[in-house]
This record gives sequence, C-alpha cells and structure tokens, in this order.
Amino acid sequence: MSADRRVVYMNARLIDPATGLDETGGLLTVGDKIWDFGQDLFSDGVTDGSEVVECDGKCLVPGLVDMQVFLGESIDATSAAAAAGGVTSIAVMPNMSPALDQVALVDYIMRLARDAAVHVYPIAAATKGLAGQEMTEIGLLREAGALAFTDGRAAISDAQVMRRLLTYARAHDAIVMQHAEEPSLADGGVMNEGEMATRMGLPSIPAAAEVMMIERDLRLVEMTGARYHVALVTTAEGIDAVREAKARGLPVTCGTAPHYFSLNELATAEYRTFAKLSPPLRSEDDRRAVVAGLADGTIDVIVSSHDPHDEESKRLPFDLAEPGTVGLETMLAMILELDHGGHMPLARGLRAATCSPADLLGIPGGRLEKGAPADLVIFDPDAPIRIDPEKFHSKAKNSAFDGRPAQGRVLRTVVAGETAFKAD
Amino acid sequence: MKKQTGIQHLLGIEGMQPAAIESLLDLGETYLERHRSGKKIKKILKNRTQINLFFEDSTRTRTSFELAGKRLGADVINMSTSTSSIKKGETLIDTAMTLNAMRPSALVIRHGSSGAAELLAQKVGCAVINAGDGRHEHPTQALLDALTIRRRKGRIARLIVAICGDIAHSRVARSNIHLLNAMGALVRVVAPPTLLPDSIDRMGVEVHHDMEAGLKDADVVMMLRLQTERMGGSFVPSTPEYYHFYGLDAAKLAHADPDALIMHPGPMNRGVEIDSAIADAPRSAIQEQVETGVAIRMACLDALCRDLPDMGDD
Repeated sequence: MSADRRVVYMNARLIDPATGLDETGGLLTVGDKIWDFGQDLFSDGVTDGSEVVECDGKCLVPGLVDMQVFLGESIDATSAAAAAGGVTSIAVMPNMSPALDQVALVDYIMRLARDAAVHVYPIAAATKGLAGQEMTEIGLLREAGALAFTDGRAAISDAQVMRRLLTYARAHDAIVMQHAEEPSLADGGVMNEGEMATRMGLPSIPAAAEVMMIERDLRLVEMTGARYHVALVTTAEGIDAVREAKARGLPVTCGTAPHYFSLNELATAEYRTFAKLSPPLRSEDDRRAVVAGLADGTIDVIVSSHDPHDEESKRLPFDLAEPGTVGLETMLAMILELDHGGHMPLARGLRAATCSPADLLGIPGGRLEKGAPADLVIFDPDAPIRIDPEKFHSKAKNSAFDGRPAQGRVLRTVVAGETAFKAD
Repeated sequence: MKKQTGIQHLLGIEGMQPAAIESLLDLGETYLERHRSGKKIKKILKNRTQINLFFEDSTRTRTSFELAGKRLGADVINMSTSTSSIKKGETLIDTAMTLNAMRPSALVIRHGSSGAAELLAQKVGCAVINAGDGRHEHPTQALLDALTIRRRKGRIARLIVAICGDIAHSRVARSNIHLLNAMGALVRVVAPPTLLPDSIDRMGVEVHHDMEAGLKDADVVMMLRLQTERMGGSFVPSTPEYYHFYGLDAAKLAHADPDALIMHPGPMNRGVEIDSAIADAPRSAIQEQVETGVAIRMACLDALCRDLPDMGDD
C-alpha cells in the first residue's frame, strides 16, 4: 500500500460516536490514516485527483471494534467474516488449542495477525491451560501484546486465585475479564432456569449464577483495586450489581452481546441448538434490562461473542450440542435494531462497539479523528435484509439469528485505508 | 400429535387437543376390550416394520411397544443401544438415517436427551413415537394412565389427581400434567422442593410440599419412581427420611378419597416411595396400567400408521 494514497469519501453521513458528530460531509484518508473530514470538505467537488468513493448519503462510521471473538476457524476466515460485518478490529479469546497462555503463542497470533484482513489482537489466558489454578505470565504476555486476561468460556471460580490474579494484574495495569457464572450452580445446566426449561425438561442455570459471581468479584475488586471486566452481562440483577459498583467508583466495566438484547429464551423453542449459548439466553425481563443497561451506559461494550461451530456440533439433542453463535456478520444489524426500535440513538449503540471497547483495551481506532487509523465502515442503515447464514463469509453457519428479518447492510469496510470488504 | 409433510408423529402431549386425546383413548379402549374378550384383532400393520430404538435401558416400555406392534401384525425390530457403540448422542441422526433407509413405518424412540424424538422426527420419513425423551415427555405413559383412570373412574374431568415424588426429573409427570389439564382434571404435584422444577406452578398445577395437604380428597394418587442416585444427600437426605415424609403409606393415603385410585408408572421401589401392601391393594391400578399400556400403544401405532402407504406386496 502506498503511504500517500489518497481516498475521498464523498457525501457521507459522518457519525462519530466518540464526539457525537452526525453530519453530511466528506472524509479524506491518506495512507492508513484519517487526514480530514467534515461538512465542508470537498463540498466544492474538487478532489485533487484523489480516488473518490461516492457514499450517496449512507452512514460512514469508525469500523467496529469487537473485543470477544473465538477463533473457531482460521484467522483468515474470521477476518473475512469481520470485514463483511463492518468490524475492523477483533480481539481473540484464549480458548484455542493449545490455550493462549504462553508468550510464544501470543507471538504466533501477532505474527498471523500481520497478514489478516482486519486488525487482530490477542487476549491471553488468565490461568495456565485455562484451568483456573495457576496464573499465567501476565507481565510478559502483556509486553508481548496481550490486551487483557481471561479464561474465556470458563469462569475463574476459585476466590483465592481470582484475588491473586487481580492483585497481580493491577501492577501491570492489566484488565481481568470474567465469564461470570458460578460453576457449581451452573453445573450441567444448558438453558436459563424458568418455565421454559421446565416445560422442555432441560437442566437449567439460574440467573443467580451470574449475579453471585459478579458480586463476589466486586468484593475482590474492592480489595485489590484492579481493573475488572464482566465479559457478558445477561441478567437484570447482574447489570444492577455493575451499575452500583460503578456508582461507588470501582474500576469495573462490562459487555454484552447482541443475542442478549435481541433474543430471549423463547428462541430455544423446539430445541433449536443454534440458540444454545453460554451464558444461556435469558427471560424477556432480563433482555429488556440489557437494553436499558446499554441505554444508560452501564453496559460499556457490545461484543459479537463470535463462536463458530460446525454442523456436527449443533445437529445434536439440545443438551449435547455445543453452545455458541457466530456473530461478526450480524452485530451491526442488531445494533441498528436498537435504533430502529427507538431504544437508543444510533450513536449510543455504535459507541459500545467502537470507541468504548477501543479505549477499554487501549488500542487505536474506534473514532473519526484526524490522524486516527483509517478504519471505517460504510453502511445503509435502513436496507431491509433477512439474515441468511448461507451468505456468511464465515464457514460456520451456526447463527442464532438465522432467518431473522433486520435492517442494515454493510456496503464497504475499510481497514488501514484499504477496502477490506465491498458489497456486491 | 404433530403433522409434518403428511406424516404424523407422537412426540408429546403438550399442545394436543382434547378431542385427539379422547379419540386415542377410545381406540385404546377398543383394543383393550377386544384383547380381553379374545376377539380377532385386524392385522392392520401387516407388512409394516416398526423399529424400537432404545438409547436407555427399559424393559417394560420396550416390551409393551413390541407386543403392541406384534398384535397388530407388524414386523418389530428392537435396537437396544444402551451397551452398544451408538449410545452416544453424536450418532443419533446417523443412526436414524440408517434406520430410515430400511423404510420402517414407525420408529419408537427412547433417549436420555430432551428433544431427541423431535430431532429424529425432523430427519426421518416415518412416524416417530416418543417413548420417553430426557425429562421432557413420555406421551404413551400419560395416555395409558388416562385410560386407566377413565376406566376406573368413568371420567377424567374434575378429578383431583395428585402426582407425588420426583417431578423435577420426570417426563411422566410432565406428560401427565399436560394431558390431565387438557382433559379438565385438577392436578396437584406433591414433592420436596428439591424435586420440583422451577416455575412448575406455571404449568397449571397446585404445588404441595406436604403429603397430607397434597392428598386431601384426591381421587387419584400417582406415585413416581425416585431414582436411587437422587437420594443420599444430593436431592433428599436419605431413603428413610424420604419415605417418612413422602412414601405412600396407609396413614398418608387416609387423607385421600376413600376410593382413591393408586397408580405408579413402574418400576416401583417398594418401601421407598410406596408401601408394599398399598402397591398390591385392590384399589391399586398398577398392574392394570401395564395391560392398558399395550392397548394404548396399539392405538397410537394404528392411528399413526394406518394411512401410510402400504409397504407390503400382497
């Protein structure tokens, strides 16, 4: 790529969730950076021989930053799915084989990441082998490029281990991310506890399993002062606990995924294994609480929690199927639903998937700013679509949103000034 | 009963219309009477194949389905897989596809996972009968219980039926709750709280933790089997403690209607959930349930298969 390549994006609805900017104008990228943008830029139509991308009034926003992606497929396949979904940066979870718990493995991911279509950042294991017992080399891993520490799908359940982790991580200003689910309460459960699970005859997980783990951890955060992030909040009470902790000034943040604000446990009807997730889809009251938590800013980030599984892992009786849904290619449409449904302004939803996660992880991007990375997505917020996994760039088709009508189509994704995806 | 591309399945009672239930009970009754009186039964399933696919151990249900099929003239094949390599759920669909290629008319499935029968029904081109899936449903058990009650009591509507014991892990309880509610009975569940699933009251039952109150004036007392692995501290402290509070003995039964019918889906743990003498008492319908079971399963096989295209060559 030429370092002085100039691309002009004309007649775009420029939205910057970081500043609240929402106006029609132009944007110029030079090389891999945003050079300038605004209402008056190129309003005279003179572009000095730059390449021109006509945006026809569609939205031009910072590329999405997704801080929870499971590498169930190759980095190439995952990056392609990300680009198609308007996601320009992904943080990959340590749940791979072998677990991402050593410097050499983080190096390896960083090296693969250099050739990927989007920016890829590693999140390292908090404990060796994700076994929840001995802490990993947090300092060295941090220096190697790991952005945060977590055991991913497994909760760090031992209180003493968690306390030491937080204490140690604090010295390296590292974030510890928790899968908030008390394992002994969740043991054997495959869906949310309630009438639905009772009717379906499925072993279930009470909402309290999430709340208890968050509340315990908050005590430890209070003791240690470390930065703590709940990877996925899915329950009303879990969100209340975080809201309260924030009010007390604790260094706590939390995230959620589109399925927790777009779907509830009813999606598992007829034993639909694509809707088997961890944490499980919750009640309608919980879903509404997630929407409210996003609207009032208690929930800081939206992640896709992209988790590809092949057909054989899902074509099973519900209790035997793997949990997880792909999400990179549906995240934007689901965020737009919050706006279309009148639950929050578009900028609020976008914020949770752009500057908010970027700032949390300390990575560049996620905003329209002179000198910021030219990571952009152009989309039509209103185009009606039906979510069709057959059209996904991800090889895995296990989407909890399979067949759902939605609005919003990604037209072009730009990563470091280069077009990484363009709609047909 | 669920219709799918012209093929009907019996996957569960939930959602079945009272008229559909009634007609299966009527047909079951006809088969029961015919068999008792030694009348000839039309070999309605002649040249048809029925495969019993059992992923869980079961002697009585499998035998009952086998006998039902044979009395109707079907070729019955038993695949008991509890010890074989296809026990694992991973191969459920592959197993089903293989069996489907043998072009059976009916597939009777029992599986440890809730929803397994429904999954199978999506993949095969024959009638699927759920013979028990996880904790979900066991529809033929509920139908045979209903027929037993109807024969003894003359009706189901407005009867007080107390279902006692391990409701949480019981597919029999769930199917019975759906059926009895559909037919207008008043259903109570009686169990220690650890053996009741969350929100069970939302299924239209009255919840009791005390046998005396739960059995008061009951017309039918339905006892459930308590699995041994649930005792000894995991769900209830011990067998003696369970028996003391929830075992059906004469003192507790005295609170029920004097003509209360006593039922149990079997196999019984005598001295754990039911006193031996009560199990054998004249108002116990436990043996009759077994006989009714064969007739009901004949009715289900008949209803599901009679309109399927004939596979025979005569």
